[in-house]
Amino acid sequence: MSTEALRPTSYLGEGAGPAAWLLTTDHKRVAWLYLVSLTAFFFLGGAFAVLMRVELATPAGDLVSDDTYNRLFSLHGIIMVWFFLVPSIPATLGNFLLPLMIGARDLAFPRLNLASWYVFILGSAFALVSVLAGGVDTGWTFYTPLSTLYANGFVSMAALGVFIVGFSTIMTGVNFIVTIHKLRAPGLTWFRLPIFVWTMYATALVMVLATPVLAASLILIVLERVFGIGIFNPALGGDPLLFQHLFWFYSHPAVYIMILPGMGVVSEVLPCFSRRPLFGYKAVALSSMAIAVFGFLVWGHHMFVSGQSAYAGVLFSFLSFCVAIPSAIKVFNWSLTLRKGEITFETPMLYALFFLALFTFGGLAGLFLAALAIDVHVHATYFVVAHFHYIMVGGMVTAYMAGLHFWWPKLTGRMYSETWGRIAATVTFLGFNLTFFPQFVLGFLGMPRRYHTYPPEFQFWHVLSSAGAVVLAVGYLMPLLYLGWSMFRGARAPANPWGATGLEWQTASPPPPHNFETMPKVDRPAYDYAMKGLRHEAFSPHKDEAR
Amino acid sequence: MSTTTESVAFDTRAREKAADTFGMWVFICSEAMLFGAVLLLFFFARSSYGPAFAAASQHLSLPLGTLNTAVLLTSSFAIALAHMFTASRRWRPAVWALICTGLLGTIFLFIKAMEYASEFKEGLAPVLGAPFRFSGPDPTHAELFFAFYFAMTSLHALHLICGIVVIAGMLLLWPGTTEAKRTHRVQAVGLYWHFVDIVWVFLFPVLYLINRA
Repeated sequence: MSTEALRPTSYLGEGAGPAAWLLTTDHKRVAWLYLVSLTAFFFLGGAFAVLMRVELATPAGDLVSDDTYNRLFSLHGIIMVWFFLVPSIPATLGNFLLPLMIGARDLAFPRLNLASWYVFILGSAFALVSVLAGGVDTGWTFYTPLSTLYANGFVSMAALGVFIVGFSTIMTGVNFIVTIHKLRAPGLTWFRLPIFVWTMYATALVMVLATPVLAASLILIVLERVFGIGIFNPALGGDPLLFQHLFWFYSHPAVYIMILPGMGVVSEVLPCFSRRPLFGYKAVALSSMAIAVFGFLVWGHHMFVSGQSAYAGVLFSFLSFCVAIPSAIKVFNWSLTLRKGEITFETPMLYALFFLALFTFGGLAGLFLAALAIDVHVHATYFVVAHFHYIMVGGMVTAYMAGLHFWWPKLTGRMYSETWGRIAATVTFLGFNLTFFPQFVLGFLGMPRRYHTYPPEFQFWHVLSSAGAVVLAVGYLMPLLYLGWSMFRGARAPANPWGATGLEWQTASPPPPHNFETMPKVDRPAYDYAMKGLRHEAFSPHKDEAR
Repeated sequence: MSTTTESVAFDTRAREKAADTFGMWVFICSEAMLFGAVLLLFFFARSSYGPAFAAASQHLSLPLGTLNTAVLLTSSFAIALAHMFTASRRWRPAVWALICTGLLGTIFLFIKAMEYASEFKEGLAPVLGAPFRFSGPDPTHAELFFAFYFAMTSLHALHLICGIVVIAGMLLLWPGTTEAKRTHRVQAVGLYWHFVDIVWVFLFPVLYLINRA
């Protein structure tokens, strides 16, 4: 972190030693602690994915053995889901922005916030030890009885890691809920909150209510493996299917933990770069809550072919279609926000538009999977892999990049290179589609997921996908370089480089230690882009820098 | 900014207190989901293997279970007293009430450990590869009952241990804690302690009182 030249009033200038960072309770610094650790996990999980794609370039299993391959996809999933996607936006951007957006000095429980990072690191240590010791081969889902009776990897170690990280998630969730309820600035009513805050609230609710169920199911796996207490053991009459119910009761809502914050970021970026208020504000706000609630009622759609009753299947199918409604409400409102806007294509906007395309595409693919008959055909094929990567990578990671670029000036007080930003966004978009679109085709042709060999007729699509993975990797490595460079050499950022609404832009970049010189009061709705003094003039310094 | 708040985020002590209590309730909702999930598994298994579970339940020690229920409920009474005393700023009785709470919690764990030991001796503990001996009609599903019994009670005991550690920590820091913070902390810990008790109030009937006449 560059601290030498920053004004002493900024939160970055408050002390540069390791203790000043590792013992901080400033939400902005805790956000940085998370950002650095999550970036490391993102590239570790990504490396596993690249290894898999290289293996899949040829039909034969010539690079890694089947057992190694099983461990690669298990670790890729475990790390990406729990050590990157679940905490990604909430723990970094959410941590940094939530108090700023609601006009507070910090989160309600600053020490709990720091503690959550240490708990995260403890959980990571367990996961990393299990990786170094030889990994797990259960897949990220830890299905019983494979995980309890047969798998011979370091399952207990990895499950404990995920269990511990769950507590860090719950801590963050509790902190966010209390903060949003109790620390909003005077005049900041619920329906004046930025949508990002609404999505953080919905996310936090799911974190608090779903994560403990995962904790329960994982602790039972550990009890069975370590102590021999066989709750799920079929030999005792235990029901392994119950594990799946509990697991998906968490893990389906968890995908909303992963995507809702992305929706929040996009709801901030699109109005800013079209200079228009968000269309249908209330509908977008409430649809976040609807997604959080519906999310708890659809877990059975992961189990259409697991042997649950056909009637349950029909019900879960219906409810899964229902989730499409609030999601579609959002997509339509985002699109209508663009209508008649003065659209400019800065890097965050590019990412946000790519999000819109990829999320919509991936979401529509989800409807195929929610349909009982089609799901029987494509279940456990690459169609499913492509679907959730469109949402999780195309949607969530793209939104994460949009947010990171959008608020980068606020985080660091520096501008990044707009040219490189646009190139990276475009490379990512192309690389992503090249990687994952062929997987829809593969899945429909019948290529099952989790296999390290395949019949030669699939090779064409696999080669496309592997080539795309390389492009995608370049797309993700570029920001690491130019954003890192900008931290030290980038042009100074003004308080509000994008001319955006929102309280976070009304304080300095980077903000002072307790966020605001004078505590703000709010007397207008969010996204008031007709407000005087916000327009283009704010854009000019940044555009000059790009040329 | 008031200097008496623990978090810089709050202007006044009163607002911070409201937030702390609210935060504890949110956390308790989360914990309720944890135990809810395990209870759900138990009820599902019990509805499938009712007679076997009832027969297995007869082998738990009802006297010790009842005694433990009484011990734990008394500990809840003690921490409620501690809260009352702190509210009326009577610090010495408050400390004694907290010590009582912690001790009663420890006694509960001690009795629970004795129960575990006798169950191990009778071969009723399918834990750590110990042999399971059961003379009833359906030993397989009786074993599942005992698997649930050990999983659920040990999860509860783990929560109780956390509670005892927190109370001990609070007592160690007591002399250096301002009066407002003391009241505040006792209330938050009290909420958690009551929750752990209520979990036992659920566990006791569903494990010990199956089909008892």
